[in-house]
Amino acid sequence: MVVQFLDIVIGGLLTGGIYALIAVGFGLQYGVARVLNIAHGEFIMLGAFCTWTLFTMAGVTPLYSMFICAPFFFAIGFVIYRIFYTPLRTSSESPAVFEGNSMLASFGLLFVVQNLALIIWGSPVKGYSYLAFPIQLSGAVFSANRIVTLIASVILGSAFYVFLVCTRTGKAIRAAAQDPDAAELMGVRINRVLALCFGFGVMMAALGGLLLSMTSIMLSPVMGMQYTLIAIIVVVLGGLGNIKGSFIGGFILGLVGYIVSSSQPGLSMVAYYVIFLFLLLVKPTGLLGK
Amino acid sequence: MKSARGNWSSPIIMTVLLLLLVALPAYALSDYTVILITNILMYVVLTLSWAIFSGPTGYISLAPAAFFGVGVYASAILSSDLPLPIVIPIGGAASFILAYLVGSLTLRLRGMYFTMFTFGLVELVRNFLHWWEVNITGTVGRLIITADNTTVFYAMVVTFLAVLFASYLIRRSKFGLALRSIGESEEAAAHSGVNVNRVKVVIFAVSAFFMGATGATMSMRWTYIDPTSAFSIQFSFMPVLMAIFGGMGHLYAPITGAAIFSLLEEILTTKSPHYYMLLFGLTMLVVILFMPYGLEGIIEKWRKKIKAGLRSGHEYT
Repeated sequence: MVVQFLDIVIGGLLTGGIYALIAVGFGLQYGVARVLNIAHGEFIMLGAFCTWTLFTMAGVTPLYSMFICAPFFFAIGFVIYRIFYTPLRTSSESPAVFEGNSMLASFGLLFVVQNLALIIWGSPVKGYSYLAFPIQLSGAVFSANRIVTLIASVILGSAFYVFLVCTRTGKAIRAAAQDPDAAELMGVRINRVLALCFGFGVMMAALGGLLLSMTSIMLSPVMGMQYTLIAIIVVVLGGLGNIKGSFIGGFILGLVGYIVSSSQPGLSMVAYYVIFLFLLLVKPTGLLGK
Repeated sequence: MKSARGNWSSPIIMTVLLLLLVALPAYALSDYTVILITNILMYVVLTLSWAIFSGPTGYISLAPAAFFGVGVYASAILSSDLPLPIVIPIGGAASFILAYLVGSLTLRLRGMYFTMFTFGLVELVRNFLHWWEVNITGTVGRLIITADNTTVFYAMVVTFLAVLFASYLIRRSKFGLALRSIGESEEAAAHSGVNVNRVKVVIFAVSAFFMGATGATMSMRWTYIDPTSAFSIQFSFMPVLMAIFGGMGHLYAPITGAAIFSLLEEILTTKSPHYYMLLFGLTMLVVILFMPYGLEGIIEKWRKKIKAGLRSGHEYT
C-alpha cells in the first residue's frame, strides 16, 4: 500500500516537472509579454525534434544539446517578438486589443511552425532511447531518464527564479509584469524586456520538449497542441506569472494524470479539464492567487 | 450597414447569386462541382456563425469543432431512424444545449479565459467520446447511412440561407446592438440595462446551433466517422482564420474570406497539404500585421474612393 502510494507520488512528480517547466514559459509569455501563445506547444515539438536530429545525426547527447538548443531557441523567440509582436503592440490601441491580436498572430505562427516541421521531418513518428536503464526508488522502478528530466526541470526553474529575483533584468521583467507603461516611464526599455520574456518562454518550451523527448515518447510534428493545453491548465492552476505556482500546478497535474491514467488511460485529459473548469469557476486567479 | 440599405444594386446581386447557387446541380458539369460547392458552403456557414457571436463581442471562441462534432455524432446516431430534415435540427439543438451550458458557465469570465476554455472544450469532448466508444459501446468508429450529393448540397444551401437570415436579423435587432455595445465596453453595456450574460449566452448558443446543423449535414457525406475526424481541431481554427481574413463588419466579408480559403484548400490540399497550411499561417500573420480589418478593410476603402470619384465627377458636369 505504502509502496503503491509512493509509486504514484513519484510517478506524478516525474511527469509534473516537465509540465511545470512548460508552464513557466507559457506564463511568462502571457503574464508579462501579453501574448497568449497558442503556438507554445509547437516550440516544445521543435525542441524535441532538434534534440532528436542532433542525437541521431550528429551524436550529440540530449543533455549536451541543451547548451545548443537554449541559446538558439531564445534567439528565435526574441526575433519573433521583435518582428511580429512589437509592431502589433505599438499599433494596437489598447492592451485588450493587443491581447486579442497577438493571440491570433500566434495562431498564424502555429500553422507556420507546424507545417514547416511537417515539411522538414515528415509525418511518421520518431523516437530514440537514452538513459533508459531502470532505477529503483523506494521500491518502485523508474527509468533513469525520467528522473534526470525532473532534476533538470527543477534546476532550470529555480535558476530562472533566481534570475528574476537577483538581477537587474529580472527586476525589469517583474516591473513590466506589474505595469508595462509605468515600467517604461521608469526607464525600462519595455520592448526589449517583453521580447526577452518571449524569448525565455520559447527557450523553456524548447527545453521542455528536449526533456520530454528523452522520456522515450513518440515524436510527431502534431504533438504540440496537447502540451499547449497542459500549459494553459497549469498556468491557470498556479496563477499567471507565478513560478512557484507553476511548479505546484505542474506537480498537481502530473499527479492527477498519473492516478487517472493508471485506472482509466483515456480519461487523463478529461480529468485535467475538469480540474481546469472547476478552478476557473471557483478561483480564476489560481491556487496561490490573491 | 447604412450604405447597404441605400444601395439598390446589392439585393439584386444577392438574388442572382442565390438563384445561381440553388440551380447549381442542374447546370453543374460534374458531381465534383456540387461536392466542391458543398464544401465551400460548409466553411461559409461555420465562419458566418462564428462571426455572429465573436465578431461584435470580441470573445474569441475556439470551440466550433466541438459543436460541429456534436452535430456529426447526433446525425451518426439518428440518421438510420429519422429523416434528414429532422436530423439536422436535432444536431443543431444538441450543439445549442452544449453551448448554452458551456456559455452560462464560462462567459462570465474575462475574454482570454473564455478563449482558453473553449480551446480545451474540443479536446475534452473528443477524449471523452473516444473513451466512451472504447469502454462502453466497444467500437471506435461508426458507419453512417449516407445521402446522395445533391441532397447534401440542398441541405447545406438551406442551412446557409438560415444562418444568413439569422445573422441579418441579429444584426438589425436589439440583440445585435447589445452585442456590439458589449464589444465596446461590457461594463457600460451592463450599466445601460443590457442583461450582458443572457445576451452573450443566448447568441453563443445560437451560433453553435448552426455549427451543429452543419456537422449533422456534412456527416452524411462521410461514410465513416470517428472522434478524431469529427472533432478535428481544423474545424475550430479554419472559421476563425477565415473570418479574420475576410473581416467581420459586413455580412459579405466572412463569406468572401471563407470562400477564398476553402477554394484554395480544394486546389492545394491534394497536392501539398503542408504548403497550403503554411500559406494559411503566413497569410494570417500578414493579415493581423498589415490588414487590421481583413479583406473587407481594403474593399471598403476602394468603395469609398470610387464613390468619392463618382460624386466629384457629377459636380463637374
